[in-house]
Amino acid sequence: MPEPQVLPFAARAAGCPFTPAPELYAMQKEEELSRVDVPSPILDTFEAVAVTRYEDARALLSDERLQMGFVFDPDAPRSMLNQPGNLLNYNGADHTRLRRMLTGAFTVKRIRALQPVIEEIVAGRLDALAAAGPGADLISTFCTPIPTLVICELLGVPYADRADFQRRAQVGLDVNATREEHITNLVEMDAYMGELVAAHRRSPGDNLLGAIVRDHGDRLTEDELIGIGNMLLVAGHETTASMLACSSTLLLRHPDQLAVVRDEPAALDGAVEELLRYCSPAITMPREAAEDIELRGRRIRRGERVVLSVLVANRDRALADTDLDTLDVRRAPQPHITFGYGVHQCLGQQLARAELRTALPALFNRFPTLRLAVEPDAIDYRTTALVFSVNTLPVTW
Amino acid sequence: MVLKVEIEEPRCVAAGHCVTAAPEVFDQRETDGVVVLLDAAPPPGAYAHVREAALLCPAAAILLRERDGSA
Ligand code: HEM
Repeated sequence: MPEPQVLPFAARAAGCPFTPAPELYAMQKEEELSRVDVPSPILDTFEAVAVTRYEDARALLSDERLQMGFVFDPDAPRSMLNQPGNLLNYNGADHTRLRRMLTGAFTVKRIRALQPVIEEIVAGRLDALAAAGPGADLISTFCTPIPTLVICELLGVPYADRADFQRRAQVGLDVNATREEHITNLVEMDAYMGELVAAHRRSPGDNLLGAIVRDHGDRLTEDELIGIGNMLLVAGHETTASMLACSSTLLLRHPDQLAVVRDEPAALDGAVEELLRYCSPAITMPREAAEDIELRGRRIRRGERVVLSVLVANRDRALADTDLDTLDVRRAPQPHITFGYGVHQCLGQQLARAELRTALPALFNRFPTLRLAVEPDAIDYRTTALVFSVNTLPVTW
Repeated sequence: MVLKVEIEEPRCVAAGHCVTAAPEVFDQRETDGVVVLLDAAPPPGAYAHVREAALLCPAAAILLRERDGSA
């Protein structure tokens, strides 16, 4: 077995999993654009421009010439990157058409209306944690179930199927799985979602999948519906679970900042933004230049791939004259690209924020003496996936 | 100084930042979340929120025009 690889543009400093590797800061200082070799199970290794500066990332993500390079090709073999219905595989008018079929379910009002559902789910997981008792793993009792239950409820996916779809989501995001594993995995995901979609075609349910079939079903193919369902299921739980895991880990290691999240409702929104900036769970956004692009007098050539390094861009020292490598939940609002930027900016971001704002203070209020049951150095971080996270986190109180 | 707000509806991606930042000036269409401008000439008290909304908008769909108070 080869050593699991960490993507070079998402490397972290030795012993500091929340701090970008020094090489990334070195790239950020370079005036020239850096090019790196990116290992990929699906595309083999490819060369790409690594974007590490915040202003470059924002400029490029709002530049229409920089596109999703993996647009759906019906004749090529199906893979994570070649899946109809997934918004991340579309550009321009095709993207807008699909995205606007979904945005009605994610408006600020609709997410506010979900608040009682989120609160009930969080309360249920707090009871489960209490029942599990000191020594419980916070990830599997709290961090992963909350967003999973929320997206199941919203979409209309049976929670009982979670072991399978969570495993498939993790394979899908694993940079070290083989191409064959990715393809088999996608076949399984499609088969599972295909059955759910077929059931909604027969009788559209009272949930998001049912609503999409009811309102837009005549303009969407089965493949597109399956792709939409899979995209929402994976995007809806992995990243938010990671945010809960990373935020809990960090706050338990910084009790003064935990106290702010627990005791100061007025500071909560800012604290959650800071945690989002600091954790950067979705580590990259891959793109391709559809035309030559001039950036600060340097050139990205047509056809070149581009990868954005979210973690280091969120720490760009050009943004502030303070130390952005320190977590500070009271920090003045600091811009970040944790949800991306431009037309693909996260569809589920208001839902993710609502989950974080509900779950974190509730956890620390219910268990005021909560602390790590593992040495900080022994925490098991997940560094070799497209979503950074913590694998297990034993806690006690 | 007077602030006028314009929106470019086709650009909107319904990320929801404007409604969170300046609910007195922006709303979202129920069917698809696309921005609805409630007040194209908001009172000065809302300027800070409107500027924040324009800054956060990921799709540059909010245009602000500043003019002299005399204009
Ligand atoms: C803290 C949690 C989350 C983080 C950090 C996150 C991060 C991201 C990022 C960085 C992108 C842009 C990718 C790119 O431009 O290449 C994105 C897009 C997306 N996210 Fe999220 N996400 C989160 C939660 C969610 C949730 C809860 C959902 C669904 C319910 C969701 C659904 C989506 C979808 C559908 C897209 C594609 C949008 C498009 O291409 O137009 N995300 N997310």
